[in-house]
Amino acid sequence: MQLELSAEDAAFRDEMRTFFTTEVPQEIRDAVAERRELTKDQIVESQRVLNARGIAVPNWPVEWGGQDWSPLRRHIWHEEMQRADVPAPLPFNASMIGPVIAHFGSQEIKERFLPATAKLDIWWSQGFSEPDAGSDLASLRTTAVRDGDEFVVNGQKTWTTLGQYGDWIFTLVRTDPDVKKQAGISMLLIDMTSPGLTVRPIELIDGGHEVNEVWFEDVRVPAENMVGELNSGWTQAKFLLGNERVGVAPVGGTKRVLAQAKEWARETDQLDDPMLSSRIAELENDLLALELTALRVVAHSADGKPHPASSVLKLKGTELQQAVSELVVDLAGPASLASGAGDDSDLPWWSRRATPAYLNLRKASIYGGSNEVQRQIIAKTILGL
Amino acid sequence: MDFTYDEEQQALREAVRGLVGKAYSDYEQRRQTVAKDPGFDESQWGRMAEMGLLGLPFSEDDGGVGAGPVEISIVAEELGRVVAPEPYLTSVVWAGGLVSAVGTAEQRAEVLGALSAGESVLAPALAEPGRRWANDATATTASVDGDTWTLTGVKEPVIQGERADVLVVSAMLPEGGTGLFLVAGDASGLTRTGYATHDGGRAAKVALDGTPATPLGEAGADVAASIATVTDLARIMACNEAVGAMETALRTTSAYLTSRKQFGVTLNTFQALTFRAADMYISLELAKSLAVWATMVVASGSPAEIAEAAQRASLQVARAGRHIGQEAIQLHGGIGMTAEYSIGAYTSRLTFLDHLLGDAAHHLRALAASVGDHAEVDPLP
Repeated sequence: MQLELSAEDAAFRDEMRTFFTTEVPQEIRDAVAERRELTKDQIVESQRVLNARGIAVPNWPVEWGGQDWSPLRRHIWHEEMQRADVPAPLPFNASMIGPVIAHFGSQEIKERFLPATAKLDIWWSQGFSEPDAGSDLASLRTTAVRDGDEFVVNGQKTWTTLGQYGDWIFTLVRTDPDVKKQAGISMLLIDMTSPGLTVRPIELIDGGHEVNEVWFEDVRVPAENMVGELNSGWTQAKFLLGNERVGVAPVGGTKRVLAQAKEWARETDQLDDPMLSSRIAELENDLLALELTALRVVAHSADGKPHPASSVLKLKGTELQQAVSELVVDLAGPASLASGAGDDSDLPWWSRRATPAYLNLRKASIYGGSNEVQRQIIAKTILGL
Repeated sequence: MDFTYDEEQQALREAVRGLVGKAYSDYEQRRQTVAKDPGFDESQWGRMAEMGLLGLPFSEDDGGVGAGPVEISIVAEELGRVVAPEPYLTSVVWAGGLVSAVGTAEQRAEVLGALSAGESVLAPALAEPGRRWANDATATTASVDGDTWTLTGVKEPVIQGERADVLVVSAMLPEGGTGLFLVAGDASGLTRTGYATHDGGRAAKVALDGTPATPLGEAGADVAASIATVTDLARIMACNEAVGAMETALRTTSAYLTSRKQFGVTLNTFQALTFRAADMYISLELAKSLAVWATMVVASGSPAEIAEAAQRASLQVARAGRHIGQEAIQLHGGIGMTAEYSIGAYTSRLTFLDHLLGDAAHHLRALAASVGDHAEVDPLP
């Protein structure tokens, strides 16, 4: 057992730190630091800067642009990125569909999609959840019926994050209604410009438009767009969701906001309040425990399979992310009411953005497998209950 | 960065697990042991000495093994798993650690040699009525006449204070500051009133009245800083012991949920219960991460870094210990309240450890006072 990074890993950390703080455009990093919504162009530009350096998709196989990094290096990469306020590569591309195509796709599908996915020439959307299939994802009802060389898709997907920017959508569709529900699902890649496909915005409680409904009415999809075998989609889905669980523990980003919150507390003469400082100290300690747990988990992950304890990371990581956003609202106090004020307001910018950020982050304990699903996984898989 | 044990450490863990498992994996054996004075098994203490466990932290020159904090943490965790009643934490890690840090070469060889060989039990006599986990002594005073030192005052609670062959006593020095002294168990003017503690152990009121004492290390030197650092090491090892206890408490609870039937089904049918067990697992993993981390900080950190690591680990473990200890009993129901069944002993021991070296509020107060001194908390040195 040893706490220090090896000389090589320390050099790697310095290299990442230098790259993220000098090569990614300052305006983009400022937008993240100021908790502003990023534009599509900013997200694309940031990912292309990373991809040009070969570090946008390190978890992919090397032949498709990945890096043969240890789990620790991947963790360092991710933490340094968050520490520098660099937006993570688009998760739909980098951590969701990319690894699935690389693992399950035909050579033809890989060549067609992977380079463009890494470079964000294709913006992927996720088409998993449906109005009646949330945590019980396998109950999904969107159908795909074979017709010659095509599938005809009908149904509705929902909670499609940033679907308004999407070029392609990876979907789970029912291809056999007569078997156990998990056994009749396939994964289809669908061009979002296809006739019959409609994206409709859903307004959220923070006033923003981040998620969408996606409707499919007789959408014709070439059969070659299927990833993996017919009716094997549940396998791909589990693979994808396992990866997602690891990627959603936002330790570095939460630490960053907490550090900012302390500055804001100082600026507003609140940092000496013992009730506030003990709340901050507890959050810092919980975050430290989470970060170390993440390091323990990466150290024990084998074969790229998620460690069962990664459920702890998702659950506690999102709880702490939410708790810090809640702290910021409390720091803002009455100024948090002025969420609609513009830059001519006399109130500090962070206090005006505090409540929308807090409301928006209520989603974190719901997405990526709700925290109740994570408790279920812990109880069943780890405790044998 | 590496969170895994090397081969020797794995072998040590297996050996300790075998030794303590043989003695206490049957909870009834533990129960019978703590029912009789001195509240632990002297022959088991001897076997621990034979295995080299009692000398683990001390240098070979002092009769010890010269192992590092990771090895000590392995022993502490394994003892915690079976709530072994032997006073390893207080006698070896804490009192022995004080002798190791402050004593002269001659004192170290004599006292730690006997401790390592299992011939002597030490007790740290630091606590004073009315004080809370202080590194300095105020109520017990040291006087010197020529070369002869005597101590006067009351120390309580002193863990294993009645059984101890040698007491390591803190006292206020004539010129101010806190010194450490060795007091023989049979010294004149020493009155020891022993009693049982709720976790099955023993403690005592130790009254000193002009009791002859030998200064540990340089006579008259203020050693409060050394007391603080050794106590921080003891805190971190207490965290490791608690992690072992929490692991067993959770495993026992999970096993109970899958076997106990009510309403015609096993209790794990009820999600209200399994979700609570899942939350216990989360508490455990987070606490374990900080205990392991703090142990590694001991190997490479400065006294200030070790102190902060001890605070952080203690806070997390204290929170987890209460959560897991309380829920373990609740999820068992009535059987968890009985002395005959094991789970309550785990909760009792966790509660004991929580208050031995400083509770959550004690450590949180210190951490809260320093939140403005840093931007982020970085686990790497």
